Amino acid sequence: MAETTSGKVTTREGAPAGGGLPSPRAKAPGTRLSVNLRQSGIYVAFALIIVLFSVLTGGELLSPQNISNIMVQNSYVLILSIGMILIIIAGHIDLSVGSVVALCGAIAAVLMVEMDTPWPLALLVTLVAGALIGAWQGYWIAYFGIPAFIVTLAGMLVFRALTLTVLGNQGIGPFPDEVRTLSNGFLPGYLGNIGLGPLGGADLFTLLLGLAAVAGTVGTQWRARQGRIGYRQQVDALPLFALKMAAVAVVVMTVVVQLARFKNLPWVLLLLALLVLGYTLLTNRAVFGRHIYAIGGNVHAASLSGINVKSVTFWIFVNMGVLSALAGIIFAGRLNQAGPTAGNGFELDAIAAAFIGGAAVQGGVGKVVGAITGGLIMAVINNGMSLIGAPSERVMLFKGLVLLAAVAFDIWAKRRAGASAG
Amino acid sequence: MTDDMTDHILRMRGITKTFPGVKALQDVNLAVRRGEIHAICGENGAGKSTLMKVLSGVYPHGSYEGEISFDGQPCRFTGIKDSERHGIVIIHQELALSPYLSIAENIFLGNERTRRGLIDWNRTNAEAAELLERVGLRENPVTPAMDLGVGKQQLVEIAKALSKRVRLLILDEPTAALNDEDSAHLLGLLRGLRDEGITSVIISHKLNEIEAIADSVTILRDGRTIETLDMKAGEVDEDRIIAGMVGRDLEHRFPPHEPRIGEEILRIEDWTVHSPTQHGRVVVSGASLTLRRGEIVGLAGLMGAGRTELAMSVFGRSYGVGISGRVYKNGREIRLGSVREAIAHGLAYATEDRKRYGLNLIEDIKRNVSAAALGKLAGRGWIDDNEEYRVAEGFRADMNIKAPNVMAVTGKLSGGNQQKVVLSKWIFADPDVLILDEPTRGIDVGAKYEIYSIVNRLADQGRAILVISSELPELLGLCDRIYAMSAGRVTGEVSRSDATPERLMQLMTKEKE
Repeated sequence: MAETTSGKVTTREGAPAGGGLPSPRAKAPGTRLSVNLRQSGIYVAFALIIVLFSVLTGGELLSPQNISNIMVQNSYVLILSIGMILIIIAGHIDLSVGSVVALCGAIAAVLMVEMDTPWPLALLVTLVAGALIGAWQGYWIAYFGIPAFIVTLAGMLVFRALTLTVLGNQGIGPFPDEVRTLSNGFLPGYLGNIGLGPLGGADLFTLLLGLAAVAGTVGTQWRARQGRIGYRQQVDALPLFALKMAAVAVVVMTVVVQLARFKNLPWVLLLLALLVLGYTLLTNRAVFGRHIYAIGGNVHAASLSGINVKSVTFWIFVNMGVLSALAGIIFAGRLNQAGPTAGNGFELDAIAAAFIGGAAVQGGVGKVVGAITGGLIMAVINNGMSLIGAPSERVMLFKGLVLLAAVAFDIWAKRRAGASAG
Repeated sequence: MTDDMTDHILRMRGITKTFPGVKALQDVNLAVRRGEIHAICGENGAGKSTLMKVLSGVYPHGSYEGEISFDGQPCRFTGIKDSERHGIVIIHQELALSPYLSIAENIFLGNERTRRGLIDWNRTNAEAAELLERVGLRENPVTPAMDLGVGKQQLVEIAKALSKRVRLLILDEPTAALNDEDSAHLLGLLRGLRDEGITSVIISHKLNEIEAIADSVTILRDGRTIETLDMKAGEVDEDRIIAGMVGRDLEHRFPPHEPRIGEEILRIEDWTVHSPTQHGRVVVSGASLTLRRGEIVGLAGLMGAGRTELAMSVFGRSYGVGISGRVYKNGREIRLGSVREAIAHGLAYATEDRKRYGLNLIEDIKRNVSAAALGKLAGRGWIDDNEEYRVAEGFRADMNIKAPNVMAVTGKLSGGNQQKVVLSKWIFADPDVLILDEPTRGIDVGAKYEIYSIVNRLADQGRAILVISSELPELLGLCDRIYAMSAGRVTGEVSRSDATPERLMQLMTKEKE
């Protein structure tokens, strides 16, 4: 039944490693810990930060309303960080996303508020506009060969300027109710409330969705594990596997129960969950995703292996444009107004989320879940520090140091692993 | 050990260097006589580079055990600057010139010729010119380093070492990237320096060079000193050195092979390629060649002859502009507009520079093996990673790739094992025509033999193999037929039975008529 627990090395995908045959005992004893630490360090840090702020805020951090706030307030940065991690894995950067968020919010506002376009059509047009913006930048980067840093720095100025032009230098609003609901609202309680004893009433539909998510995760992981055993690969021992699954279940259900007790599931959280699921599949299992890693790891080798580097690069920027448009709509809907300063500094938040989440500066390394975790770490710091009444300069200071520490840790861990290989 | 009467400039005694979990050097001894050329041999991973890093202070005193004495004085180098002050200069395999700086600026980098705190350009350039004269490099000292070929850059490195009043010069694989001509010049220069009293320690895989130039050879194996041979005593030849390096007798350098040659599979006609950087320069000119099933064909030439450029331009136009000519596969003309098309037509090209162009060094074996034929593992765009694992494990066992499993990162494998991963990648793509560019560059003797066996096996499966190599013995030992190129033209074709080093060298140096 259970394989040996010894000599286990967890790879980046979280997939268990080690030949099915004689296990990799030859590895240096120190390596295993540092390898594991490098990959799981971010989650450990996340847990520590949550514990820290729970204590500092007297438990308020994890209160139903606050959890809901953290999700809703940060959804747009998390969405951006998904697009950004793909770009960073490919070895590029995008400095323009803040301006693109503003421009797309402005386009949506003009369409819905000033031109009375039906909101579904307006959303579609805005997403297409985002795609075109991405295609514009992707063309210069992929086909013309200008470094992404330069192209998107130019884009940062150009799209901000266009935002001001479109808006005529003033805010436009209010948005239709449907758009505001998408940004700010909650799923209706389709099945009513049930009592949870001392926890009070909670939305049944939200709870069922949470249970379905947990069951789905455990089911897929179990199938994957069985598949690996079928191929005689080494996998986590059964107790460890069960422990991991239990941890996932506890974390998901805690969040879900709290959300169900407050109102219901926020629409943006549902959207975000679907995006994370989709993009995780894309990066882990799709050929396109694999090509992104190959390009970031060694662009020459990728090209000589028959990968169409230009096309892949082009499409990840188109993708970033679409996600920026989505974030722009959600942000504008949340403020109920598209403003000239919308999205200021979002690019830096998204980039920071990706790097805190374990992306490598040289490209080739990174995970969608990592970027989301990185984004949540910053969100919890923001939220927790504002709960305890810390001034904003101190929040900024702390976030800056966390970013530096995260990358320093990554480089340190890499160097240690490298030194032991001699 | 007691000192005999020999005058040793350098003695390293009982050097042990440990990395977490790995003993890279164990009780290594090295004694170098004053004014000699001392070669250090060993397979990859034997500890040669580590030993030189200990000597030059890259690993400072305290990070290793054992003692070093230089010129009779015990030494405790704290860093590379410290060892340079004593006159020990190391030139690494990867040259460290700053591309946009001039030759003169590079020579005096970190050691600038100044007057009252400002750089004295007249002195800088004048002294650089003198040094260039000494190393036999006829270039203007203000030329940017990037305009020089590898061979000339190597000479600049030596000039730089001379500017530091070097007494012990360490060269790590100095000729690995050089053609025969440049290598010969470099070796001549080392002899000249020896006559001027400069001692050299040279790490090299090229045993014929060692035989030609070294006064003594120290052989390392698995982080230990095996023996020091005196080359002047005679009776030491390549086979003797190999025996020491691998710890066994290598009867033959090349596995026996009985070729089974079939019909023509690929024909290149009148192939011309222009340089993408230098406008209008013809790199390959009207080249034609033919490959047949089951045949191993060599492509000989000096550096700059256009061999790699020919191969890469055929392989989906991955090099060059203004390409003209025709390619026929099985008698039918095909178009190879992109690497993707080339792979689809059954071509594969394993690059001469596997670290820069061949492998994703931060990824594992598995993902490198699958990179060129991911489609075979993916149904409707989704990769079956269990199948990927199975395929990669198969290659690991089949090719004898030394790694605990296929999740090992390729950047940490030795050169030979990296090359096996590159070969696995292309074999998995199942090509009919496999172009191998310098397949054994930087690989130790034991792994070379394995690579040759793999090449033979691939030919026996009915594939055509084109081997580009700068080592004539390799072409002579491996190939059924050899083309020679010179200055972009195919200057001749020699069958195995007619091939001699002299005949090939004649074709390789043939001028345009």
